[in-house]
Amino acid sequence: MKELLYIIEIMTIVLGLEGTAWNLSAAVVSEEDVLYDAESTYMPLQGGIHPREAAQHHASEMKDVVSRALRAVKEEGILLKHIDAIAYSQGPGLGPCLRTVATAARALSTSLKIPLIGVNHCIAHIEIGRWRCGAIDPVVLYVSGANSQVLAYRAGRYRVLGETLDIGIGNAIDKFARYLGLSHPGGPKIEQLASKSTNYVPLPYIIKGMDLSFSGLSTAAKDATDSHPAEKADICYSFQETAFAMLTEVSERAMAHCSRDELLLAGGVGANKRLQQMLQLMCRDRGARFYVPEARYLKDNGSMIAYVGLIMYKHGDITPLEQSGVNPHFRPDDVKVTWRKNESFKT
Amino acid sequence: MIIQCAEAIVELNGDLVYKRRIEKRYRVKELDTRIRKERTKSEAKLISEARRKGVPTPIIFDVQDHELVMERIEGDLAREVIDVAISERIGELVGILHRNSIIHGDLTTSNIIVGHDKIIYFIDFGLAFIESNVETKGVDVHVFFQSLRGTHESHDHLKESFVKGYKRSFPTAAAQVLKRVAEIERRGRYARQSKTESAKVTAQ
Ligand SMILES: Nc1ncnc2c1ncn2[C@@H]1O[C@H](COP(=O)(O)OP(=O)(O)O)[C@@H](O)[C@H]1O
Ligand SMILES: [Mg+2]
Repeated sequence: MKELLYIIEIMTIVLGLEGTAWNLSAAVVSEEDVLYDAESTYMPLQGGIHPREAAQHHASEMKDVVSRALRAVKEEGILLKHIDAIAYSQGPGLGPCLRTVATAARALSTSLKIPLIGVNHCIAHIEIGRWRCGAIDPVVLYVSGANSQVLAYRAGRYRVLGETLDIGIGNAIDKFARYLGLSHPGGPKIEQLASKSTNYVPLPYIIKGMDLSFSGLSTAAKDATDSHPAEKADICYSFQETAFAMLTEVSERAMAHCSRDELLLAGGVGANKRLQQMLQLMCRDRGARFYVPEARYLKDNGSMIAYVGLIMYKHGDITPLEQSGVNPHFRPDDVKVTWRKNESFKT
Repeated sequence: MIIQCAEAIVELNGDLVYKRRIEKRYRVKELDTRIRKERTKSEAKLISEARRKGVPTPIIFDVQDHELVMERIEGDLAREVIDVAISERIGELVGILHRNSIIHGDLTTSNIIVGHDKIIYFIDFGLAFIESNVETKGVDVHVFFQSLRGTHESHDHLKESFVKGYKRSFPTAAAQVLKRVAEIERRGRYARQSKTESAKVTAQ
């Protein structure tokens, strides 16, 4: 017991807050593990997410989510005084939600007199994946609602090698789901419908180098639904097969172009089993390793924010109050990566 | 020597190169067959078209459903040897392609060979097509810039010299295309996110 207490005293421990969109989450992470992740999800009554309502949800749930996380770790002997820093997602995301979370983080940091650390949400998805899976220097496929990007680390930054030229894959799926009259979130329901068919209806497959475009696919899928309303499952199947093959192809292109033999999947759409299967097959066929973290780290979570906060803290990378403003358009390649300097890679 | 690259298996055999678009098991068969056929056919067509317009490319000797046989270019990938002079020449050649409405579709430094004869050759026209509007040319140039940022140290200088070459061979529309490139990059930065917000769609 004495020994345990000693470890707690010297180990870095960070509280992280995530709330870029509909999921609010607070997590406590130590150098060794995720200690606890508490969350509360905003459920829109209908349609998609309403940014202001989501922000109100976050504001009213914040206290509860944070104290649930703190209470849980207290049972393991970790008290407020053991927490070294407050990390929060600074962007990208919905402005009102980001501001709510940043305000709470600033208040905690001020009252506990510990540093504040602004974390890029996309980088957090990447780093928690690397940590949980042990990937070393992978090409990353990051697929979420608003974003679809292929990235790789080079010379101090995660470089975007390719991305969607119009809408993100998650939003494309959700929009199509709404068109079919499926309730939010539509992704899992489309996946389920798709699994009932093996009948492929041709849909537009559009890639430009390592960039992608989903809007043409979206429109064509809606048109196909209008002319064949009885064949919903076939169209869901074809939609997935087309979109995911595009994502798999650009991942493979990126791996060939950067000579990497690891691929890491990140972001909420990564939970789709068919997408995982395609990427796995592609990697196997080119003798590469494929990594995908547990589902709880694919969706938005506070653990990833706390974890990146922790490695930034350990590298002296903290955020002064006057630079703690949120950035709804925060890009991964805006972030100077301070924590990978001592790793050695081919470039 | 056999190379497994982005989408094909390339066999370098003496003076010849066999490029075979192999089956991708992750793709539905029907889609896979369609893609491999279409790309092989249009690659053969546009690689020759580009050469006719003055952009060095390998000569095509044979075309089958999923396979091309072409001239082997002795040299290094631009990825390994690119400098500002080479980038300027690349810009000039892309200007010639665009002047003739040829969109390469996959402009990266892995798809350009700097020959031992110092000539710069363009390869891999699988995603190429003919189109004359500003947007497609803008995306083409954007893809090239993105590949520079992704893989090269002094990408800003390389970009600058590319622009110099591009303007020289395509004086009539280069400025307009480059303006569009900046717009495409801004779009990647801002438009999607704010659209997301106002359209009240889903999450990150
Ligand atoms: N004509 C050629 N002469 C010499 N090398 C070639 C030739 N064509 C292709 N290669 C080599 O094979 C690699 C892959 O060819 P490419 O046509 O780009 O296929 P992919 O579409 O799979 O990227 C090139 O990067 C280059 O190293
Ligand atoms: Mg290539």
